[in-house]
Amino acid sequence: MTWDRRTEDRAAAIVGRYPEKRSAVMPLLYLAMAEDGYLSEDGMRRVAQLTGLSNAQVQGVASFYTMYKRDGVGEYLVSVCTSISCMLLGGDDVLDAVAAETGVADGETGEDGLFSVEHGECIGACGGAPALQVNYELIEGVTPDHGRALCRWLAENRPAVVRGDDLQERFGGRRSFDWGPVEAGGATGAVPAFGPLGTAGEGS
Amino acid sequence: MTQILTTRMEAHPSDSHTLGRYEDTGGYAVLRTALAGMQPDAIVAEVKASNLRGRGGANFPCGVKWGFLAPSRPRYLVINGDESEPGTFKDRQLLERDPHQLIEGIILSAYALGVHHAFIYIRGEYPRPARRVQRAVEEAYGAGYLGRDILGSGFDLEVTVHLGAGAYICGEETALLNSLEGRRGEPRIKPPFPAVEGLYAKPTIVNNVETISNIPWIVGNGGAAYDAIGPEGSRGTRMFSLSGHVNQPGNYEVVMGMTWRDFIYGYGGGIRHGNALKAWIPGGASAPWFVEEHLDTPLTIDDVAKNRSMLGSGAVVVMDETTCMVKAALRVVRFFAHESCGQCTPCREGATWLQQVLTRIEAGAGRDIDLDLLLDISDNISPGLAWPPAMTTICPLGPSAVSPITSIATYFKDEVAAHVHGGGCPLG
Repeated sequence: MTWDRRTEDRAAAIVGRYPEKRSAVMPLLYLAMAEDGYLSEDGMRRVAQLTGLSNAQVQGVASFYTMYKRDGVGEYLVSVCTSISCMLLGGDDVLDAVAAETGVADGETGEDGLFSVEHGECIGACGGAPALQVNYELIEGVTPDHGRALCRWLAENRPAVVRGDDLQERFGGRRSFDWGPVEAGGATGAVPAFGPLGTAGEGS
Repeated sequence: MTQILTTRMEAHPSDSHTLGRYEDTGGYAVLRTALAGMQPDAIVAEVKASNLRGRGGANFPCGVKWGFLAPSRPRYLVINGDESEPGTFKDRQLLERDPHQLIEGIILSAYALGVHHAFIYIRGEYPRPARRVQRAVEEAYGAGYLGRDILGSGFDLEVTVHLGAGAYICGEETALLNSLEGRRGEPRIKPPFPAVEGLYAKPTIVNNVETISNIPWIVGNGGAAYDAIGPEGSRGTRMFSLSGHVNQPGNYEVVMGMTWRDFIYGYGGGIRHGNALKAWIPGGASAPWFVEEHLDTPLTIDDVAKNRSMLGSGAVVVMDETTCMVKAALRVVRFFAHESCGQCTPCREGATWLQQVLTRIEAGAGRDIDLDLLLDISDNISPGLAWPPAMTTICPLGPSAVSPITSIATYFKDEVAAHVHGGGCPLG
């Protein structure tokens, strides 16, 4: 199996960024996830071919890191931080609100594939706690009501690109620090939006 | 008030991350001067003279670490931007708001160390910081600060931005190197240390984002000038991430040496709703907690260590009188149980046991022996419960799970007992 030309070109560019091709495993796993919407067996096999590793070695890497989702993941992955600083300021209530609004329990994906919900460990937003991420785009200063409204808005508007600045403006509150200028880009799936991965969409 | 790292982002909030603003405010001038007239060893000497200590958690002197670099080549420089210690969000700000300051620090450091390929490892949950850094790296290539024959000096440097994928343990430097090699993020047995056998078994220096962001200032102003700021052993300025039940959470760049009272009640604006302070974590989730009796302890690396805790990553998490100490301890322990890589039995099993016992105490189903049981499990992870902790594990993650246990056993024994005897939390 190979990917389409554009993805293969991107994979080749990723491998070229490292002195040894094995180092490309992690970004290639993201690429495979972006391709299929989750980390498929075929995707992992292609990563093994491109890096000269065995399938078992690649699966060993994939299973170690929480952001590689080997089961189906929703269009919107909502990760609510419940580590100490967010917990102190109500992160658990935000998680409950998100789960109730989406009908998706912590660690699950809804049957319609729209939402996955998970509790996250510290996402580095402690000064703007409680915080959550949608497809790893950050929103700080979130109340349970904000969390519910955010999920309703996502379900009604189904944005193809999730823009952190947009969601922060609509549903966020206090920030850890001034983020600076608004960015055009955002995430196009449950993979961090990052240029070399081809996962940063422009959005409207 | 002395500021080194946050001056530009405060003065120019709309564009401090851009090349244009960086150059307009004196950026890359130090690099030009250094590449034109400084020998690499002279830069190393300035960093040693500065007494800059690493800002990633271990507080190890940066110049000393550089001095361990083995002579063989190639060599690598890896920037640790895997900031994941609960309570810590300072590197996120430095990456997002002033990426060129870091990049200039990387180029100066690489030139000093004879490195021609550097990596910036950024945690996967930080796509915005990664995007800002990636764009800054591209700008730097475009302007001739990176790539071949930088500014006509003959010095070459490639920089690769690498994303993690959700594993706190990759903040441990040898786990990070394994991760960067496309492996599971499991810490390596030391020695050999990375400075001898690091990335691809080549000599490698791993430094934190904040550490290297200080390098342009140190090279520009001289190590002695940096060494003149702050108390002995805690030179320079330092980013503290303040969170929890304070009125003004945020990152603060401060000169160390003030008391904790001045930091929490001054910078932090005191406790929310005028509540009483109950406890705080002085240096990230791995650190044993402080209580009221520590309020007048000076905020320095060595004073915190003398009081059986650590300044660690500079994350201060404040808890007020309404906080259940069992719940707080459980939340920290849960983190370490989840993030244990699983290599070492005392950590993998011990942290999980601690979580299970704390869970039943919190639920009101605890037993009289449970506090002793928690301490016994802790003693199996870190024999003697000493400070700094003794280790039965490859890396310090296991002993980190012990910190909240010894904290509640030392300061909140009665509250734990009240959970056991009252069928749950006495605070309701």
